[in-house]
Amino acid sequence: MVDAAVEALSIAGGGRRRFALRKAMRRKSTIAFLMTLPLILLVALLVLYPALYSIHLATLNKSMERFVGFGNFLFLFKRETFWMVVRQSCIFAITAVIFKALIGFIVAHFVHNIPSRGQRKWRGMLLVPWVIPPAMSCLAWLWLFDPSYSAFNWLLDQVNIGPVAWTGDANWARFCVILVNVWIGAPFFMIMYLAALKSVPEQLYEAAAIDGANWWQRMWYVTLPMMRNIMAITALFSLIVTFANFDIVRILTAGGPIDRTHVFATWAFWIGIQGNDIPLGASVSLFMVPILTAAAVFILRDIHRRASEMS
Amino acid sequence: MTAAAITTADASARKRGYGSMSRDRRWALRWSYFFLTIFAIFFLMPPVYMLITSLKTSAEISAATNPWWVYHPTLGNYVELLTSRQYLTFFRNSALVSIFVVAITMLISVPAAFALSRMRFWGSATLATGIFLTYLIPETLLFIPLFKMFALVNEYAGIQLINRWWVLLLLYPTLTVPFCTWIMIGYFASIPKELDEAALMDGANYRQILMRVFIPVALPGLIAATIFAFTVSWAQFLYPLAFTTSADQLVLPVGIVTTLIKGDVFNWGQIMTGALLGAAPPLIIYAFLMDYYIAGLTAGATKG
Repeated sequence: MVDAAVEALSIAGGGRRRFALRKAMRRKSTIAFLMTLPLILLVALLVLYPALYSIHLATLNKSMERFVGFGNFLFLFKRETFWMVVRQSCIFAITAVIFKALIGFIVAHFVHNIPSRGQRKWRGMLLVPWVIPPAMSCLAWLWLFDPSYSAFNWLLDQVNIGPVAWTGDANWARFCVILVNVWIGAPFFMIMYLAALKSVPEQLYEAAAIDGANWWQRMWYVTLPMMRNIMAITALFSLIVTFANFDIVRILTAGGPIDRTHVFATWAFWIGIQGNDIPLGASVSLFMVPILTAAAVFILRDIHRRASEMS
Repeated sequence: MTAAAITTADASARKRGYGSMSRDRRWALRWSYFFLTIFAIFFLMPPVYMLITSLKTSAEISAATNPWWVYHPTLGNYVELLTSRQYLTFFRNSALVSIFVVAITMLISVPAAFALSRMRFWGSATLATGIFLTYLIPETLLFIPLFKMFALVNEYAGIQLINRWWVLLLLYPTLTVPFCTWIMIGYFASIPKELDEAALMDGANYRQILMRVFIPVALPGLIAATIFAFTVSWAQFLYPLAFTTSADQLVLPVGIVTTLIKGDVFNWGQIMTGALLGAAPPLIIYAFLMDYYIAGLTAGATKG
């Protein structure tokens, strides 16, 4: 209605340019555009431009004076550490996401099982790892894994199991970073799955029970299909965040022992900022793009589908 | 195991009627509590251990006693940190950065979400999806080109951006604004159209509709977005680690990691105290506003 009125006004006032400009300023779409302008500028200058700029950076030599094309990538392909980082990133992200999803799923069921007045308290307690800033909780884990004063080793010592070199041994270190990641991320899955569980209509379970379905059948034919969407999207989100993770590995092991636990982000930081080889660091971090794009495409497809279901 | 318990509960319930069903249900409940306790111990162990260590003296930490118990509790670590100028500087920097970032985020994302959810214009639908996609671009992909960009700004414009705490005010909104806009679009879209039409009829302009109708109605969403922005900026680690170096410019997470660890000497009592105090603001907010916090968490994926 206002649009029509404004439009009519602008037709009446046509010809007088200053007036027309003021009219345009009052048009709905102009106002809307101006309201989103800060957002557009922020995203364009500090997200999209750097993202494209890193592609340009990746094609330069170390002093950033000469164009070397794919030289940095070819150099990386020849380095053994690079392939180790690729493998470790994939192991780290996939294992962590699987365990986060599993633990989140199990814990969500237990919380859903107990009477609803107690649920709030348990949910509140179980989400604490997600609330603590990761850098802080990683310090606590680092102290729990300490080579000489490890509190875990003290417990193991009570049952006569020899000390474990938590962050000193390559395989144990890999286990540690995944464990901490699962510890931080599982509560998030728990909350998402709990919300999904609560949205399953009770009647479906009653109908299944009347049909004589046992626990597994109800789980397989009612709960899982109803939760499928949320499970998939949570896992994809988490895959992106875990694959690009930096804090945990950086604080717990700093990539050690001998680069065995480096993931893309920490290795890129090591090379690009600490090693002062910005182009090579940019090339390393660009290797995260394919898997991130794949996950993003799936998430986007889901959002579009739900948007079209809603309208 | 609960699975098994419930299965037997069902099988036997049909045979024996309601009395035994309630008894089996009680067993299922007991198993649930048992496993929840185990998970709660796993989830709460590190923060509890932080607290335990923070109450110890250095002598007790390096003694070969039970690390899970405090024999001589002391608040010495807390007193020392809270009177250390350096730690208070970190805390101040963190607080300033987080508060400013929350303000900037809200100023950018609320009008944008309003425009994108209510005032259709050319490309607005694409823009909304695009905003969501930028939320999926991790900071670990951007810090190296941003570092180089800031170095170039210094070279050409003479503005020193690296090693200044306020540069984080430019960087953090890239992490908070897309998500906050996205969840605010969700909340605004759920407000019935009749409400703003009524306001229009009464002669309200867009600013008034936003301030007097949308913000009050979508207040829970606004609180959730604020909490999200605060916790993200309080916890961010990579940007301050890459962009700030001198001790007076550091924020809390980086400050603790880089300065309390002096060479190979780890003063664990102080590190744990510092980390616990650093974790306190998000934990306090969470304790009081848990429902909003959880609403914000789930909104990202369930709305839209």
